Amino acid sequence: MLLILYGFEYKWGDCRVKDGNAIELRNISKRFGKVVANDHINLSVRYGEILAILGENGSGKTTLMNMISGIYFPDEGQIFVHGEEVTIRSPKDAFPLGIGMIHQHFKLVDVLTAAENIVLGLPGPMRLDIDAVSARIRELAAKYGFDIDPNKKIYEMSVSQKQTVEIMKMLYRGANILILDEPTAVLTPQETEALFAVLRNMRDAGNAIIIITHKLNEVLELSDRVAVLRKGKYVGSVQTAEATVESLTEMMVGSKVTLDIDRLEPIDEPQVRLVMKDVTCVDPEGIITLNHASFTAYGGEILGIAGVAGSGQKELLESIAGLTPKESGEIEYYPPNQPMQVISKFSAVEISRLGIKLSFVPEDRLGMGLVGAMDMTDNMMIRSYRKGGFFWADRRAPKTLAEHIIGALEIVTPGVSTPVGKLSGGNVQKVLVGREIASAPTVLMVAYPVRGLDINSAYTIYSLLNVQKMRGVAVLYVGEDLDVLLALCDRILVLCGGRVTGIVDARTATKEQIGLMMTSSGKEGER
Amino acid sequence: MAVIITFLQNAIRQGICILFGANGEILTEKSGNLNLGVPGMMYMGGIAGLAAAFMYERSTQTPNPVVGFLLVLVAALLAGGLGGLIYSVLTISLRANQNVSGLALTTFGVGVGNFFGGSLSKLAGGVGQISTAVTANAFRAKLPLLPKIPVVGDVLFGYGLLTYLSIAVSIVLSWFLNCSRQGLCLRAVGENPATADAAGINVSLYKYLASVIGGAICGLGGLYFVMEYSGGTWTNNGFGDRGWLAVALVIFARWRPLNAIWGSLLFGALYILYLYIPGLGRSTQEIFKMLPYVVTIIVLILISLRKKKEDQPPESLGLHYFREDR
Repeated sequence: MLLILYGFEYKWGDCRVKDGNAIELRNISKRFGKVVANDHINLSVRYGEILAILGENGSGKTTLMNMISGIYFPDEGQIFVHGEEVTIRSPKDAFPLGIGMIHQHFKLVDVLTAAENIVLGLPGPMRLDIDAVSARIRELAAKYGFDIDPNKKIYEMSVSQKQTVEIMKMLYRGANILILDEPTAVLTPQETEALFAVLRNMRDAGNAIIIITHKLNEVLELSDRVAVLRKGKYVGSVQTAEATVESLTEMMVGSKVTLDIDRLEPIDEPQVRLVMKDVTCVDPEGIITLNHASFTAYGGEILGIAGVAGSGQKELLESIAGLTPKESGEIEYYPPNQPMQVISKFSAVEISRLGIKLSFVPEDRLGMGLVGAMDMTDNMMIRSYRKGGFFWADRRAPKTLAEHIIGALEIVTPGVSTPVGKLSGGNVQKVLVGREIASAPTVLMVAYPVRGLDINSAYTIYSLLNVQKMRGVAVLYVGEDLDVLLALCDRILVLCGGRVTGIVDARTATKEQIGLMMTSSGKEGER
Repeated sequence: MAVIITFLQNAIRQGICILFGANGEILTEKSGNLNLGVPGMMYMGGIAGLAAAFMYERSTQTPNPVVGFLLVLVAALLAGGLGGLIYSVLTISLRANQNVSGLALTTFGVGVGNFFGGSLSKLAGGVGQISTAVTANAFRAKLPLLPKIPVVGDVLFGYGLLTYLSIAVSIVLSWFLNCSRQGLCLRAVGENPATADAAGINVSLYKYLASVIGGAICGLGGLYFVMEYSGGTWTNNGFGDRGWLAVALVIFARWRPLNAIWGSLLFGALYILYLYIPGLGRSTQEIFKMLPYVVTIIVLILISLRKKKEDQPPESLGLHYFREDR
């Protein structure tokens, strides 16, 4: 009885067709609230072809692929798989169509072996013959040139081995349309080469492969055809053989958009405020996240930091704030009218006391920096609780500060005692930035401060930053929209794979120039 | 020699109750549900079994031991399963906190047991008057011949059917978890429900079934205590802390049913050790009664130090799963 109830199953498709369009999308649109993630996109991929989907962050690449693999459901448009219109409501609908997607975050159970993960959820007799599964895995591995040990536990594996398990999971289930979301982001150059060899074998065996990426060199090296998305729209597709780095960059970043953002001219001669010398950071997995980064930030200027997501922006800011341990390198701080101090060895608290403030706005605004369930006063106190008596905290000053910020930044809230989690995104952002500014910083670091904000709130944030700049503060601005960076900043530092690939003058630089520096270093993922 | 044999037999009698509870809880925890309602479910199983036996024997002049046995077994399974179902509805469907729900279930189950235990006593005409001799004897019936084997016979075969059932449950459960497809799915659900969901496994169904069946197995622990150990009578709170020992045994056995078999013997032995140590007063006894917990703490420390992934609790134990952001 129990066994019948447990024996829930579904079927995997095995319709291998080696010619024609594997997938065709017609007029696919997807909106999240007011944001249009995909706007009437038409796209197709053939069997025996590697299609690269290229685009900046937020251009809608992953959203589009998630609709093919059943994670999202399109608001409008049609999906054809091998010429037939299909409705894909969940990953379970996608599997029988032969569609398999490998996400950036692997879906594997750590304590199980590779074989157990691969066979997980597949129907069959109750007794699981794991040796037969392993044999079949080895057979597939030999066919495509994988290196895989079916009996190894996932937690003993390297990132690239885990990825191999994910790909094998799809092949084992008979997938012939494979979607890979930024598969090389976590791989070393050697591992990337091995992956590409496998993907080519799979293409030659007649599978359709879609690879999402923003690395131009990889696109040129691997793909047969490139489709470019920009801000949710389909720009076009070209045969890789006819494409160049320059032509792809142009398609990817588009022409310059004029934004009405003020860029005030610094009043005084900018003074050196912060010097980063040769800083390297390594994450716990041993991957170099920041690679010999050096730059100088001046008081009275906004230094923009550009780069595709995960190029070391977070580590750059956090290493200055003393939150990320540094492998090597030094950071010098020049306070106004005072002698230089080397702050690389200081603790986060000491650095913050010097007036170097980090207002990091991660995707989840409330996750880091503010506590959603607490009201504004308490959130102000997160930064000031060390003041006051040795036991009793001072609540009056933070309350005054909260009231001041509400007035100055026009925050829409019923009052200082409303939990900040109840405020809208823009207002939460203002609370966060307002709190950091209120402490009269000398270096202000902000990351993605306008992410998810409407235009008006975004402009309020820009003008707040400009006010700080005119006060002589060195502002470090990590942003993702190149148009904004070019309009707001004085200089732009470009990161690629943890390296500083250049620092340009925002008044003269072009989007193409920055786009190239962001994507084509070709040295990503070194260990 | 005779003392050692009696000691072993008593240790086994103490251990079986705990072994049922531990097996039920291992199955439940493997699905990621931390059900601290084990004592409650044991009480529920025990009182349901006793009530069934009592009613059956009152309703007929010539009770049949086989009918009584089966009736009582089913009643205990249903009552334990009901406990697991209450817990499942609270934690899986309503997403209540697992710890709080489990502890509430314990309080509830103990209350239900004591309440109906009192009612039965009243019906029977007074405390200690409950008599279910026929059914209890069915549970206490030993295998024929085998206990007559010299020396080992009585130690190995001198018990009722439930004792052997508990060991069979451990073995079947171990096979299920390690060698079957559905066991693999269940482990995946407890470790990483999002991954299991993506692989097309019905996470909620697995959690429900594991918790309900786990609860039913716990119920058998209560039944064993009432019918075989106590011989078909009821004393309020007579259970002691056997339910919590079962929860401790899960950790001690590192979530492996086969380890739980010898673990239950060890726990049972430690539990009654004080009776065999001469010169203990009322206060010093209590130190010996603590031993099973001390052993559990030592095991916890050891497995934390070794940091071996396989010895850790299921990764999502105690957590809810929402598909939400899929």
